[in-house]
Formats: sequence, C-alpha cells, structure tokens
Amino acid sequence: MYTVPLPRIGTDIAWRDAAKRLISAGVSPDDVLWDFGAEMGELFATATPLPPPTRRIKAPQSFVQMADTVIWHKDPQRFGRLYALLWRLRHEQGLMQDRADPQLAKLRQMEKGVHRCKHKMKAFVRFRDLRQGGDRRSFAAWFEPTHHTVEPTAPFFARRFADMDWMIATPDVTAQFVDGNLSFHPGQPKPDLPEDAAEALWGTYFCNIFNPARLKVQAMTSQMPKKYWKNLPEAAHIRSLIEGAEAKVQEMRDNAPTLPPVRAERITKRLRGDED
Amino acid sequence: MAKLDLSQKLAILSDAARYDASCASSGTTRRDSRDGKGLGSTEGSGICHAYAPDGRCISLLKILMTNFCIYDCAYCINRVSSNVQRARFSVDEVVQLTIEFYRRNYIEGLFLSSGIIQSPDTTMSDMLRIAKRLREVENFRGYIHLKTIPDAAPELIEQAGLYADRLSINVELPTDNSVKAYAPEKNPATIRKAMDDVKTRKAIAAEKSYTGKRGKRFVPAGQSTQMIVGADGSTDATILGQSTRLYGDYKLKRVYYSAFSPIPDATVKLPLIKPPLVREHRLYQADWLLRFYGFGVEEITAARPDGNLDLDVDPKLAWALQNRALFPMDVNKASKDMLLRVPGFGTRTVGRILSTRRHRSLRYEDLLRMGASLKKARAFITARDWTPGALTDSAKLRAKFAPPPEQLSFF
Ligand code: SF4
Repeated sequence: MYTVPLPRIGTDIAWRDAAKRLISAGVSPDDVLWDFGAEMGELFATATPLPPPTRRIKAPQSFVQMADTVIWHKDPQRFGRLYALLWRLRHEQGLMQDRADPQLAKLRQMEKGVHRCKHKMKAFVRFRDLRQGGDRRSFAAWFEPTHHTVEPTAPFFARRFADMDWMIATPDVTAQFVDGNLSFHPGQPKPDLPEDAAEALWGTYFCNIFNPARLKVQAMTSQMPKKYWKNLPEAAHIRSLIEGAEAKVQEMRDNAPTLPPVRAERITKRLRGDED
Repeated sequence: MAKLDLSQKLAILSDAARYDASCASSGTTRRDSRDGKGLGSTEGSGICHAYAPDGRCISLLKILMTNFCIYDCAYCINRVSSNVQRARFSVDEVVQLTIEFYRRNYIEGLFLSSGIIQSPDTTMSDMLRIAKRLREVENFRGYIHLKTIPDAAPELIEQAGLYADRLSINVELPTDNSVKAYAPEKNPATIRKAMDDVKTRKAIAAEKSYTGKRGKRFVPAGQSTQMIVGADGSTDATILGQSTRLYGDYKLKRVYYSAFSPIPDATVKLPLIKPPLVREHRLYQADWLLRFYGFGVEEITAARPDGNLDLDVDPKLAWALQNRALFPMDVNKASKDMLLRVPGFGTRTVGRILSTRRHRSLRYEDLLRMGASLKKARAFITARDWTPGALTDSAKLRAKFAPPPEQLSFF
C-alpha cells in the first residue's frame, strides 16, 4: 500500500510524477491512497517511498489534458479516479474515444466543472485599487472559487494585467503578481481591502445597461449563480432592479407622447431638405 | 442646464446603449501584455463579466459617445424628436472609464457607438480619436467594437477597422421599406455599401498576409449587424431571408435580433408593445440552424402558412414534427447530416455519437451520457435497445412539447 502526499500548491506536477512511477511499477489502483494537503493526518502516513521512474509511460494526449484539468476539482476522489482510468488505458485502446464509458464520463463531467469554475473566476474576480503610489499600480481581490482553480487560472491574469501588480486572495490559495513575477501562497481569510470609488461607477453602469422591459431573472442566475454575488459589487443592485422593473415599464407606457423639442423640426427640415 | 458629472453622463449614455444586443468579445486575434508595456489580452473566446437581470451578458463597456442625434429614427430613444436628457462624453472620459473598468476586471473592452452630431464624418472622427488614444497612448490590447456610421467617409471607416476588433453597422429593420418608414434619414443602399466596403477591405488585408508581407490587421473579429424585430410587420421568413443574404453577401459574423422594446418618450408612430422575447429567441435558434445545421430558410419557415416561426416549440422540433416520415433515425447508422437534424442532438452530441459508434453500437443510456436531450430525441431515434414504436407518428406528439394552453378562469 502506498500513501502519496500531494501538496496544495503544485498538485498537478506532484500527481503526475507519482502516477508515472506507480504505473510503471504496476501498482494497482487499489493499493494507492492519495493524501491531498496532508488532510489524512498522521494515521495514514506511511514511509513507503514511491517506486523509481523506471520506464517512460505513454498516455493519450487527451488523457493528459483531461488530467491537467480534473486535478483541480474539489472532489477528494479525483486522484484515484484519474489513476484508475490511467490503469485501464494500459490495455484498453480507444477508451478515450468512448464518450459513453461511465468512468470516463464522470471524469469528463468533473473536467467540465473545473472549466466552468476557471471561466467564472476569469469573469468574476473584482480588483480594488490599492492606491499605493510607485511606478506600477497595484490591485487586490478577494475571491471564493468552487474548485482549486487559482493556480491554473492565475496565468490568465498575468497575461492580461502584466503592467500592474495584483493579488487574488482566496481561502484556498493566494496568487501574487509583483514586478512581472507570479507566485502562489497558502490561502487566507478575507483581507480588508480599501474602498474603491470605481465600484460606484460600475454599479451605475450595471443599473443603466439593464433593460427593465426584458426581465429574465432565471437567465441571469443560471450564468451568474447567487453564490458569487457577495463578492460582486454590482450584485448589490440586483434586487432593486428586479423590484422596480415593472413600474418603470408601466411608466414608459403611461407617459403620453411628448411634443418634439423645437430644434427637432429645424434639424429634420434641414436634413431632409438637403436630400431633395 | 447644469453640468453633468461623470456618473450622470454614464447613466444617460449607457441607458441609451442598451438597445444594442451585441456584447460579444470573441473571435479576435490572440493578444496579451506579457511584455509589461501594455494592458489587456484577448484569447479567442469572450468573457461575460456579469449578467444583468434581463439575462444579457455584460462583456463590454457599451456606451454612446453622445446621445445627441440629428436623425429621427422612430424606434430610437435618441432620435432628434425625443425629449430624453442629452449628454456627451469627452474623449478623455471614455478612455479613462474603459481603462479603469478594465483594470478592475469588470470588462473585456469597449463597445462604442454614437448618435450623429453635426455630420456623420465629424461623429466618426471623434469616435476614432477615442479608439486611437486607447490603442496608441494607453497601449490597450483588450477588445474594441465600434459601431460605424454608414454615411461616414470610407477612409474613416477604413481607419476604424485598423483599431477595432469588430465593426458593426446596423441594418435596423428587415426591409428597405421599413427603413424608409421608420428611419427616414437612413439609406439602406448606403448601409449595404458600407458593409461591402468593410468586407472588401478585410479581404485585401487578408490577402497581403499571404505574400509574406503582413498587411495591417483589419477587424479581426469581423463585422456584425442588428435587426429590430417586431417594430414593423415583417414576418420571420422575411427576416431570416434577409439574414441569409447578409451572411452571404457581406460575410457577417453575426446578425443580432433585438426584440423591439418600449423606450422612454416613445413616438406615436410605434406602439409600446411588450417586447416579443420568445420570437427573438426562436429567431436566434433558427439563425443557428441555418448556419451550423445545414437547414435552408424555406425548410424552417415552411411549417406555418403565415411565414412565422412556431412560438411554442423550437424550430428544429417544428421541422421534425412536420417531416416525421424521415424518422425514426438509427443513431448507429444515420449520416452526420441527418443526425444533426434530430431534435435534442447538438453538434457536440453528434460528434460524440460519430466517434463512439466506430467502436461499438450505441444504446439509449449511452446517448444520455453524451449529453443528448432524450426528452426531445426519443421519439425520433432508434438505438440498439430503443425504438420509439408508435410514438413517432402519434398525433399527440406535438402536445407533449408545446406548453399547455393557458388555463381558463372565471372572470
Ligand atoms: S441615427 Fe437613428 S438609431 Fe442612431 S442614434 Fe440617431 S436616431 Fe438613434
């Protein structure tokens, strides 16, 4: 029996390294325990060192890609499930193309969950200006991801916000980008971030781009689930927008058409006159 | 008139922009700012940073440069004859808003349009100054969508294409006659000419890159347009016919359908109806079938004599119900083209069916796991362990999908 410790930061590399060694030594999935972030505690710790990497292991590219994503899922069984599939792949050719295999389907579903979480993180992180002066501006955000998505998503922010310093703090892992260098640190409680006046402007925009005549609350919440709202400054307006929508539309209907402003006639005449 | 502050201007000029349906930020070149000398990135698929309670994605800062306008389009809140409060952003204000919103990860970029002030050329030049400042002074590498003024000089539109990821020119209404009636200052021929210019210019830019010397990128995310639905009497057949021509003639990336929506200070010319949201939705579905599922306009609109889509069931299902003789289809044998016509099968499901059935024959359960919507599909397919029996031809089949008629109540 092997117990494989997997660190919270750099989980992907550690898992892949261990899986390669175990597969090449022919260790069955039943004989492996995966211990993420030392959650199992002393009880299960064994000193059995992993077998040496004896030969190069081949796995379909599609598996490698899927594993790189599924690794960040919050399900504690993700490592075991991935290893079990890798084990089957030794003999079952074409398994990755079988879109109806239940084990693969489960992993694909987890993969989808992580993709979605990464996508939502790219969308819903909200930075606040730290106003620290200096050459580079600096910003910070607090975010609560569903899966362990900070590490695989941080490079996106590094590509996008390379001319500023930033930090994304989460309960899981905190990403920091300073002077062009990206680093990861243990998670933390929600930090006190300074107020940012831009949030009020953003709220103004959110309220006015909304069309009260097309209320579709369900369409909004399916894409922007409530669990994210507490960290989205604009979400504070949602309730009043929904409640006030009908009255606003009714007001538009009730208002009798007004007379055009005086300048209108002059301008229109000039424009249409030009044409004939 | 008291001077408006930035927040008041933003309120007025985003309110005025909300009738433009597009907020897409996808499909442009990949860019980033890893060199540390600029701000922003684009990576193929767009990102919706928020959703408003109208269910629409908020991806871009969608604003008007100004809502002053000398035209008098009946459906528009900004028309010269409306009494809506007017405002105008300075170049600096738009640039700062875009950059500051972007830095806080609120948006993917800017979608700028404008009412027409003084002349089309003046308006277009002012919009260009904003785009140029963003690109050349702020080194902004995020997404820019400019709504072009069709009557502006071609040189100006050409310049716009060098700064913008996407250009759009709205055809506004489905027929020339409707444009004449409701947007009397606009000229459908000029609109088409402007779209044609963009298409040609884009083709030239693409060609140069093959000779080795790369031409400057020209609207990498292409051009799009919008049609207002339900303001005039056009049928869905007319609307979809127009879209098909637009996609074909001008290589448009997207045609947006915007359900005519009540506006403040409406004109007597257009009644304030409830926006036909279901109709808009069906048009998008039909548009999708035309572009990705190999359907023709006539097929989709043949189901009803009045030339409109069935509002109760989606257009693919409506088509299948009309053509039951072609079903049930054997998922283990049917061609790709035919599988694409099965209600409840998307392009992805079809791809999965094709790749898996090379290895083994498919059962009902398998289809479930592949993401097919069997509630819809089951009546139209056979699988190794599934046949729909009499279901396919059952007279009650349509009723299973259509929402029940509204309950009657005493009054
Ligand atoms: S040109 Fe017509 S549609 Fe455009 S802003 Fe002016 S009135 Fe509105």
